[in-house]
Amino acid sequence: MAVAQRTGLGAAIEPNAYAASLKDAAMAAFLVAVLGFFFLPLRTDIAPGGLAITYRWPIWVAAILIVFGGRLLLNLFVFKARKPITRTIGEQMSGSSLRVPGLGRALGMALFVFAAILPFFITAVFPAQQRQFIDLAILIMTYIMLGWGLNIVVGLAGLLDLGYVAFYAVGAYSFALLAEYFGLGFWMALPLAGILAAFWGVILGFPVLRLRGDYLAIVTLAFGEIIRIVLLNWYEFTNGPDGISGIPKPTLFGLEFTRGDDGFAAFFGLEYSTIHRFIFLYYIIFVLAIITNFVTIRLRKLPVGRAWEALREDEIACRSLGINTTNTKLTAFAIGAMFGGFAGSFFATRQGFISPESFTFLESAIILAIVVLGGLGSQVGVVIASVVMIGGIELLRNIGFLSQIFGPDFDPVQYRMLIFGLAMVAIMVWKPRGLITTRNPSAVLKERKKIGADMVSQGEGH
Amino acid sequence: MTGAALAAAPAMSDGARWDADPILSVEHLTMRFGGLVAVDDLSFNVGRGDITALIGPNGAGKTTVFNCVTGFYKPTEGRIVMRHGAGLQQETVNELTDSGLRWRASDDHAVFLLERMPDFEIAHKAKVARTFQNIRLFGGMTVLENLLVAQHNELMVASGFTFGGILGLPGYRQAQGEAIDRAVYWLERTNLIDRADDPAGDLPYGAQRRLEIARAMCTGPHLLCLDEPAAGLNPRESTELNQLLQFIRETGTSVLLIEHDMGVVMEISDHIVVLDYGVKISDGSAEFVRTDARVIAAYLGVDDEAEIDVPEIKADVKEVVEHAKPVKARKPRKAASKATSASSSRAGSTARKSPSSGKKASKASTQTVAKEAGTHPGKQPAGSAKPGAGGADNLTRIGGIGPANEKKLNAVGIWHFSQIASWKKAEVEWIGSYLSFPGRIEREDWVKQAKALAAGKETAFSRRVDSGKVPSSRASTRKGGKA
Amino acid sequence: MEYFVQQLINGLTLGSIYGLIAIGYTMVYGIIGMINFAHGDIFMIGSFIALTTFLILTTVFGFAFLPVVLLIVIIIAMLFTSAWGWTVERLAYRPLRGSFRLAPLITAIGMSIVLQNFVQVTQGARVKPLPPQIQGGITLMEGSPETGSFVVQLSYMQIIIIGLTLVLMAGFTLLIAKTPLGRAQRACEQDRKMAALLGVNVDRTISLTFVMGAALASVAGLMFLLLYGVIDFYIGFLAGVKAFTAAVLGGIGSLPGAMLGGLLIGLIEVFWSGYFSVEYKDVAAFSILAIVLIFLPSGLLGQPEVEKV
Repeated sequence: MAVAQRTGLGAAIEPNAYAASLKDAAMAAFLVAVLGFFFLPLRTDIAPGGLAITYRWPIWVAAILIVFGGRLLLNLFVFKARKPITRTIGEQMSGSSLRVPGLGRALGMALFVFAAILPFFITAVFPAQQRQFIDLAILIMTYIMLGWGLNIVVGLAGLLDLGYVAFYAVGAYSFALLAEYFGLGFWMALPLAGILAAFWGVILGFPVLRLRGDYLAIVTLAFGEIIRIVLLNWYEFTNGPDGISGIPKPTLFGLEFTRGDDGFAAFFGLEYSTIHRFIFLYYIIFVLAIITNFVTIRLRKLPVGRAWEALREDEIACRSLGINTTNTKLTAFAIGAMFGGFAGSFFATRQGFISPESFTFLESAIILAIVVLGGLGSQVGVVIASVVMIGGIELLRNIGFLSQIFGPDFDPVQYRMLIFGLAMVAIMVWKPRGLITTRNPSAVLKERKKIGADMVSQGEGH
Repeated sequence: MTGAALAAAPAMSDGARWDADPILSVEHLTMRFGGLVAVDDLSFNVGRGDITALIGPNGAGKTTVFNCVTGFYKPTEGRIVMRHGAGLQQETVNELTDSGLRWRASDDHAVFLLERMPDFEIAHKAKVARTFQNIRLFGGMTVLENLLVAQHNELMVASGFTFGGILGLPGYRQAQGEAIDRAVYWLERTNLIDRADDPAGDLPYGAQRRLEIARAMCTGPHLLCLDEPAAGLNPRESTELNQLLQFIRETGTSVLLIEHDMGVVMEISDHIVVLDYGVKISDGSAEFVRTDARVIAAYLGVDDEAEIDVPEIKADVKEVVEHAKPVKARKPRKAASKATSASSSRAGSTARKSPSSGKKASKASTQTVAKEAGTHPGKQPAGSAKPGAGGADNLTRIGGIGPANEKKLNAVGIWHFSQIASWKKAEVEWIGSYLSFPGRIEREDWVKQAKALAAGKETAFSRRVDSGKVPSSRASTRKGGKA
Repeated sequence: MEYFVQQLINGLTLGSIYGLIAIGYTMVYGIIGMINFAHGDIFMIGSFIALTTFLILTTVFGFAFLPVVLLIVIIIAMLFTSAWGWTVERLAYRPLRGSFRLAPLITAIGMSIVLQNFVQVTQGARVKPLPPQIQGGITLMEGSPETGSFVVQLSYMQIIIIGLTLVLMAGFTLLIAKTPLGRAQRACEQDRKMAALLGVNVDRTISLTFVMGAALASVAGLMFLLLYGVIDFYIGFLAGVKAFTAAVLGGIGSLPGAMLGGLLIGLIEVFWSGYFSVEYKDVAAFSILAIVLIFLPSGLLGQPEVEKV
């Protein structure tokens, strides 16, 4: 039995594994047939005289066949194989990289430098699509900043916050309303928006922070929804679902990015181009994000940051050491909220228009997913997860060749979120602790040693 | 009132130094959880500079006392006073109690009413540090980080409540350096210096225990509370722990510890307080406590306290049993129940030689009684020199009466459930005093149990005895418990 | 007075639906301690399956006798939705069992996104209206002319919804209390490791928990379809959040608590809409949740959690 049989397929497989693989694939196909029955071949549509059913049997059959074939291949080469090819790939990858000491730091520096020159890189390499790519870079950078902000709350302090988007909304609406009612510009409103968001963080945090784990999660989710509903319905103040438009654009020390004589281009003697404003926006969010990162790294080495992490590890022990856990949690909540507020007012100035629709639970979920997928508490992890998730999804918009395969009706955009969700599940199942799983100690006596993820606890009542 | 009465008893503490200069006074502490009284009107003092041990059988309420002192539980009743600086400061204590404030501090003196303070404030202001029975370390943080977290409050001030720290002001860097120095000091003391940069969760068990103590010491406590610090340590580690605790005492920190390891307790404690069922049953020096009959009884009468590690107590038990020795051994009808452990079967086997007949025996026991009768309050219950016709009842079927106590009861002529069932208040008091069990007979309601058993019924406890789950003086018998 | 009674009836009807969904949340939380974020979307899937089945039966096969149609719809919806519940657990949660606690929460959110978008892609984003199928009712009270002649009506639909909920609850309680499956489930709730040692098939029990939760949610989906007559791919989110709120309100892990919480949330919502403002009914429900949790951290019927030091 123990003798491995080399087979023509290139992977060593148990003798009776073919039958098992076939059976398993058949089961999977049957499951898809059952699950898909009411969705793939049958579609209800509004027709004259009520709903009508349209039939699409080919899609159903295709789905069943694809799953059967895919599952069979997976069985043969991965699940039931003696030496799955994924392991071979994994060995090659981990053997070459990720074991070098100081790599994280080097990677961080490389990413920083790359991000700093990114707009010029894009204009030089992709002049045709520069606007689109810089826009994407801005979007990713916004999520990186939001991820870093939430990382303080979830990753460091271990408080599960499902309503982070509320502070993003508070920041955006603060700026929009301050501009509308008091005529404040972006730079004046930015700190105020951050302070207001932090203030809301404290107001919301105070009553709920003694709740544990999932209760905290559901209450923060509820608060996120409450803020959105209020923004949606307080028509006199927030303009309700119509949103607020005409939010002022940021200026560079008073210089506007317009075509006129007193604009940015004229002042520096450049030829006017709309791309200047995008590059400028990119650098604003880049600097804001870097500040977030810098402050977070500093905070981790300060007593308050250590107290956050200690809180995540064991709240009762913290109290026995004289740490006021309520205040410590509140600072985490407030500082996280403040960065959310900064990002929010940037979002408002970038879009020029905001409405409650931009601040749904899905946003909270995406930000939380970025933090968890990146690896709780890891700053570089957030960057990687943002690039992969947000960048990857946005790229789907541009894949033209898919419509050549599936016909002109195929619109990849509508599959975007479906693929996003599947990717979330797949990455989490593949790496439950996220991409970067080690923790860097905040103080060192002799030798810096990374702490494995299995040591680090995840906070709040676990 | 039992606790106060005991505290007043002259034999226990005649002008002991912990009463003259206590760092901590627990006064009339009561803690109820719903209907359960975990701690009942407990009073004791912890002397400044002493190592004080709180001992007692499982479930005696020791950890509850700890949790009250350190603020994790709010006591139902009572006052807990923590004093910085020498002396009783009774005036300040009284004023503070009336004022509704939580503490008052002058230059070198301060008084804290711990029952009014939240847990973190007790650690921070009153300088009471603690460890936990099931170790609570920050497992994902390094050993050094654990010790830095302990110095949170000083560092927080030094970092200008974070703002200065973010801006990188130099004061914080210096403060952090000092904090690391302090951590290194305690790491050296606890032999953990080589593991400073390892995650705390990686340390072996004994090292985790030491780290928890080091972490508590880094808060700069005046009083260190240790919840079973020797649990799970091997003998060598246990010895090291003793040395560490003595060193901590020399640095001026008082120590209050809960411990099961009597070796540790007897060797290093200046003062021992013994709890049983939430009530203080003894209080004094190690010498005093180890010879206190109540302590012996508490450790023996409790059915689930299977092991007794103290040789002295074992010796005392022997003595008690030998008091009623002049009896002829009688073979038990069946083998002892399986559940009996080493020590209880030992106690059981001596008790099993219950007196059955013989003039000499009864004479000896009545003599014993006569000699002691006058010293107990209440009225001695009527006893008979020998059991009735059907033989003696198995008194251990009453919850609270262990083999040793059955022996002692037999010695004063109590053989049957019906006898116990007829006790009135005065008799109960006498027996309570005689068995060194004040208050327990009422609490466990022996009389009611005895009435039920005398009527041939069963109680929840007797059922456990009969099924062999509880060590008893007889092999399990179903019918009336006649041996 | 008449208005109040009418609102009470409406609230109980809505609350029944929330309660049925909440049971799925509370059971899953009780047994594996995670928020199954995809459960609301399972409810949505259930209502789509019910809708399509209903259409097939009435238009393709031309069945006209409504009770039989509804019975078949219920059975088919329960079966197929259960398959979805089982699959979600198998794909997204079982591989993560015993691992890092936030991971299943993220996969649950991911699954929720997948289900929503799957339905959106395959069935379209537009709402599906279904004309009212069950009409008429019993007039309970008729107000006097001076109070505005308000008529209190208990519609047949409401009778069906409340009655069906009662039947399902009773059956379900029996299932949990009396059958070996219920016993296995309660054992897993207490201590999964010990249950496994004593021969309980833990994986199967957890799977069945998801299946039962999905089955109940599908009935709720059918009720929602009949009551409101409109569904779309997004109904799962709000209904799910409110049902979870109901489960937490009642004390998560407690089955009667879930039903009670569902009824309360339904009543709060309906009364708030009736007497104050429709727009802020969700705010009212969520605020009550926050207030209850702050003062009663383990919910109304939950077991209080003792802090172990």
